[in-house]
Amino acid sequence: MAEETTPLEEPVDVEETVEEETQARPLPGDPILDPLAEAFPSVEFTSFQPLVGPRQDTAHVAREDLVPFVTAVKDAGFETFVDTCAVDHLNRDPRYDVVINLLSMQHTQRLMIKVGVPGDDPRLDSLTSLYAGANFYEREAWDLMGIVFEGHTDLTRIVLPDDWIGHPLRKDYSVGSVPVQFKGSHKSS
Amino acid sequence: MSDTPHNVEGDTEAPVLEPPVQAADEGLNAVERRRAHDIWVAGTEEPDWVAGSTDEGAQELLPRDIDPAVEIQRGLVVDDDYLEEPTVIEDERQIINMGPQHPATHGVLRLHMELEGETVRRVKPIIGYLHTGMEKTAETLSYMQGSTNVTRMDYLSPLNNELCYSLVVEQLLGVEIPPRAQAIRVLMTELNRVASHLIWIATFGMDIGALSMMIYGFREREAILAFFEKVTGLRMNHNYIRPGGVAADLPDGWEEDVEEALDIVRAGLTDYEDLLSGNPIFLDRTLGVGIITPEEVQAYGATGPIARAAGVNFDLRKAFPYSGIEQYEFDVPLGKHGDTHDRYLVRMEEMRQSMRIVEQILETMPPGDYRTEDRKVTPPPRKRIDESMEALIHHFKIFSEGFKVPPGEAYQAVESPRGELGMYLVAKGGSKPWRLHVRTPSFATVQALPVMMTDLIIPDVIATLASLDPVLGDVDR
Repeated sequence: MAEETTPLEEPVDVEETVEEETQARPLPGDPILDPLAEAFPSVEFTSFQPLVGPRQDTAHVAREDLVPFVTAVKDAGFETFVDTCAVDHLNRDPRYDVVINLLSMQHTQRLMIKVGVPGDDPRLDSLTSLYAGANFYEREAWDLMGIVFEGHTDLTRIVLPDDWIGHPLRKDYSVGSVPVQFKGSHKSS
Repeated sequence: MSDTPHNVEGDTEAPVLEPPVQAADEGLNAVERRRAHDIWVAGTEEPDWVAGSTDEGAQELLPRDIDPAVEIQRGLVVDDDYLEEPTVIEDERQIINMGPQHPATHGVLRLHMELEGETVRRVKPIIGYLHTGMEKTAETLSYMQGSTNVTRMDYLSPLNNELCYSLVVEQLLGVEIPPRAQAIRVLMTELNRVASHLIWIATFGMDIGALSMMIYGFREREAILAFFEKVTGLRMNHNYIRPGGVAADLPDGWEEDVEEALDIVRAGLTDYEDLLSGNPIFLDRTLGVGIITPEEVQAYGATGPIARAAGVNFDLRKAFPYSGIEQYEFDVPLGKHGDTHDRYLVRMEEMRQSMRIVEQILETMPPGDYRTEDRKVTPPPRKRIDESMEALIHHFKIFSEGFKVPPGEAYQAVESPRGELGMYLVAKGGSKPWRLHVRTPSFATVQALPVMMTDLIIPDVIATLASLDPVLGDVDR
């Protein structure tokens, strides 16, 4: 009997741990995020507890709600701008995710805000009026992934040359045998 | 330029944005559509859009009257010290260019400066000269190979990069790291912090005219690099900390080597303080230069010694401890003024605190494995390969195809010598990352340069830049 039951128990254990790791809302007992979840019923919160390290909270926000939500988040104590990046999921709808990473030094807490951006209209409101630090990160996301941040005053290429065509971090931008686009390089090659 | 920061909402003068490629597709004929997706191939005739597209703006200062970016760059809560001198006429303003090959820019940073006499009124940092597409490269490398890629980003603290990468992969893998491997990781990264700060003080001294500091800093750093070479085989770009543990155990007699290196560095630090701390020229060049306030630090996401010199009590080793660093005792030094001199004091003290951690590791290094026993990640021992066909296949699979990481997303940050180094990993179940984004500390620091540099004179700009310790490989990736 024991030999028969052991293989059965193992997959059950695995499924349970997976369910524990990713919890959907609500977040019980979190004094900072709970009021935000109440004020924005459309925003979905998830949290991921890795084996070691702090819990990672993510807020999934619709594109229109981004600026009001981030304003509320900033008022709730997330005063530090950490990071913005875009992820290309290629065959998913919406195609892009823009991931905004905020930090509250006073509460020692992080919040990741995720916004889906459709591939045929990659536009999003800029956060530069809320966080000055969003400036370079949004330029980088525009440069490498082609997300247009509306309201940004200087949305130009930042790490690639001005005359570069295309956005290399997109999944349909091939790697490999692409010659480097230096201006005038055809004269020497 | 107006003195009061203002909100940029509703700005109608924003540069015309390129329409998204997909949306524009319908109205184009076949040739145009291909061109919209294509890039220009070197060796062919240069098309019009290459010749005519260099004035887009990334390399230019914006016109003064439509430049709300300046207010943004200068922070939302700015204690504005801009002094409008009525006698200055517009012709006396000039725009000059510093870098990218200027030796004081620590690599290939380019500063676009608007000067009024010798006073810098506006600065625009221009980056990208060292961009090598490492985030795209990371998508083509397996998880096993990935650490060779990230170690080259911040070439002065490679072990911190590897640690961050390993931690974020291990978060998704769900493997547990044995205590000895964790202690080795902390030992190596803290020694790396000391080595990196030694380079900083060498170049900082050189930039403000204390040329002997240049030699001294590199000399003491060599003691630590010699230890790194003994452990990892390389002086830089070690690829030593890997997902699952570290590449090899510490060599015999490592305690004596570390103690010897610590003695050399400790003696060196005393020398530096004799040389610099009371030096009137040094004080003149650093006191009250390049000030950043705590609010500006937080708005720009500047972290590490720059934030702590401004009095922001935030250290990731205390706030979000990783790799078992919470078992060691150390203090977080804080400055008061956020100027160049406070950054010097904070970094000097950080080196001492890092050495304190290393001393505790020397006493408490736990025995055991130096990498996880999880067969998913770790290849079988060499002896088993001779005996077992399955072990050989397993070894081959791990090194050719690479181990697989379950789908998920994770963000992990470590305290690199320059601040918060974060990696955001998106995995879709294969043996390669779907997306690896690196949040580098120098990128945020360079972004905050205009806040610190506005209304300084040019020599102070050099001192401020040197005090920030930007690594351009870290900025551009």
